[in-house]
Amino acid sequence: MQACRIAVRDLACRRGDRVLFSGLTLEVGAGEVVQVAGRNGAGKSSLLRILAGLLAPFAGRMERSGSLGLVDERPALDPALPLGRALAFWQRIDGGDCSAAAQRLGLTGLLDVPVRYLSTGQRKRAALSRLIAQDAGIWLLDEPLNGLDREGTALLHDLVAAHAAAGGLAVVASHQPFEITARRVIDLANFAT
Amino acid sequence: MSGVVSALLRRDLARFVGGGMRGGGLLPVLFFLAVAMLFPFAVGPDATTLARTGGGVIWLAALLAAILPLDRLIEPDIETGFFDQWALRGVSEELIVGVRVLAHWLGFGPPLMLAALPSAALLGIDGPTLRTLELGLLAGTPGLAAIGVTVAALTSGLKGGAALAGLLVLPLTVPILIFGAGSLATGGDSGLALTAAVSLVLLAVAPFAGGAAVRAARL
Repeated sequence: MQACRIAVRDLACRRGDRVLFSGLTLEVGAGEVVQVAGRNGAGKSSLLRILAGLLAPFAGRMERSGSLGLVDERPALDPALPLGRALAFWQRIDGGDCSAAAQRLGLTGLLDVPVRYLSTGQRKRAALSRLIAQDAGIWLLDEPLNGLDREGTALLHDLVAAHAAAGGLAVVASHQPFEITARRVIDLANFAT
Repeated sequence: MSGVVSALLRRDLARFVGGGMRGGGLLPVLFFLAVAMLFPFAVGPDATTLARTGGGVIWLAALLAAILPLDRLIEPDIETGFFDQWALRGVSEELIVGVRVLAHWLGFGPPLMLAALPSAALLGIDGPTLRTLELGLLAGTPGLAAIGVTVAALTSGLKGGAALAGLLVLPLTVPILIFGAGSLATGGDSGLALTAAVSLVLLAVAPFAGGAAVRAARL
């Protein structure tokens, strides 16, 4: 895995005519897990999309090295396709082994089921299995605990910890506690304007 | 990179060609045939009238059939997060839109040309006219596909985007319709060449316009 790092300086985010946060300075290096906390609407998802390069920041600078993986509420799996074939599409793009990843997430019995019949938690697991097969250095997880059961939550903590131990970094946006794995917690309330 | 292109193309072909999307891929062709079949009922069975207007009817039917799948071309992939994931991996929107134009054309162009054969028989179109018609469709449908994908990208994420897309596509197809259907009246190759020229321009523009539209729609 290549060395990965994210550094932002004086970042500000505007949605519509509201500035959600400003003056956010953050540096995350290899092996670190950072949780972004904050109330609903504080800009957690927007911050992750800025870090992913999908949203232009209102102000501030960002440096980033390493390949990106993102899990948000949209799993990017074809709803009509069986899960196995939907994951196989990303395997053709990313390389990696999607069946091993699916097994790790406990999805082996669901590979024949069309994605649209899966529950919220199963879809989240499917998106996470796409993420670990991708083998990206930077993990951006937007509310990854939504829909996951207790066992899935524990599994996610294990996956993030293993990812950090292997030299990756993770930024986790969650309003639920993620302190088991995350050593640093950034509360966006401190940067609200 | 070629691996990415082939993966994208395989996925798009599975969705847009033949029975893709649970048979939805066949709908434009069935629609086209239905229009060609209904036309004689509407204007009466007079053979000379049918033969004289039939080519134009087939062109109009092709135009309408190209509009049918517009809302499924780009919007679902934005909604399910595919475009975000491609952007993370550095796959450009231009490439994706270009591949999609190709897949969309393969999904409705060649089937429409096949369906034009029974339609021509129903409308009493003679051999030389049919040849001009088929060549015109070959030259014009890639342009229709390019317009369709571009407009689908522009209207993705809008409320009532599907109806708006249909409304936006029709005026843009006027040059193709004029030259394509016009080549039937003159029987000349110049109309076909102009149709192909319009198509080529549209094909060249579509990936960039569509890609920019997808990026602009990103929230």
